[in-house]
Amino acid sequence: MINYIWVAMTIIGIIFAMFNGTMDDVNKAVFQGAQDAVTLCIGLISVLVFWLGLMKIAQSSGLLDILAKLFRPFVKKLFPDIPDDHPAMGYILSNLMANMFGLGNAATPLGIKAMEQLKKLNGDKDSASRSMITFLVINTSSLTIIPTTVLAIRMNYDSASPAEIVLPTLIATICSTLGAIFIDRFFYNRKNRSGVK
Amino acid sequence: MQLVSTISLWLIPILIGFILVHGTWKKVPTYETFVEGGKEGIKIAISIIPFLVGMLVSIAIFRASGALQFFVDLIKPFLEFIGVPAEIVPLAIIRPISGTAALGMTSDLIATYGPDSFIGRLASVLQGSTDTTFYVLTVYFGAVGIKKMGDALKIGLLADAVGIIASIIVVTLFFGTI
Repeated sequence: MINYIWVAMTIIGIIFAMFNGTMDDVNKAVFQGAQDAVTLCIGLISVLVFWLGLMKIAQSSGLLDILAKLFRPFVKKLFPDIPDDHPAMGYILSNLMANMFGLGNAATPLGIKAMEQLKKLNGDKDSASRSMITFLVINTSSLTIIPTTVLAIRMNYDSASPAEIVLPTLIATICSTLGAIFIDRFFYNRKNRSGVK
Repeated sequence: MQLVSTISLWLIPILIGFILVHGTWKKVPTYETFVEGGKEGIKIAISIIPFLVGMLVSIAIFRASGALQFFVDLIKPFLEFIGVPAEIVPLAIIRPISGTAALGMTSDLIATYGPDSFIGRLASVLQGSTDTTFYVLTVYFGAVGIKKMGDALKIGLLADAVGIIASIIVVTLFFGTI
């Protein structure tokens, strides 16, 4: 599906530019977009190196295992396909933790490590497993408890109460995350049932 | 507020300290382990470059051509009909597609309407309550080489819709529509 969306966005954009007289902007966008992507990745190196290094320590010292043990019953329900004591569990948990505390930069490397483990668990195939989809949609729905960036913007524009949106944001986040989990289950169950037929 | 910002300020350094102390206590060769793990970071960052270049260029073309604006205008009446304020529509649509564009729009809305207006609060909550679905999908699946994504994108976007609707309801309940 991603192939079609990718092509569609590009082609629709180019056709639009023909009629819109925005070909010049499109030309700029091609190179600017590519440059932005590389800049973003290079910028990620610093965080990835630092947090993956630190997490390697946490893994060797058994900290990730402790974390995994603590929240296992809860996460086990979300990811029924992951066996006990599998390293994926520890990474998933630390990714969720980092997300909750708004450490987006720390969450990304952990999420990638978790995906790596989930791929191994899935026999190294290039298709997404059930657990991978669940893990991904929990991440795309965001889990932030404290939206630091938004708080900073609100402070910047002299809000009378910059933090008043923290609780509403938390409630909205819980809704979107629960929504993601339920929709994921719905699709999975539907697929399984039609598979039985 | 003071407490919240203090907590977010202290969180990362304390986490770093805790991991290092725990590692030392468990007799982990901390520095060598750190370097070992860090090397993987470089590999991952380089390996996601093609994925991000492809995705970001496509999004940039879509945006720069005016196509994005066209589709926003197209579904605007429908979204307004179900109660989404017109001002917030572009942000709601762009939030899952481009994180930087959404952040720009959020600050723009807050600057224009004021942080303590209905629109300003709604933009704040919307920005904070979902993540950039396309980016997360590209980076996470790209880094480990997943090509068949199953229902991931569909589910992610549907969950974003839930987040948008929840944001509108919650902000209205909390602050009213002024």
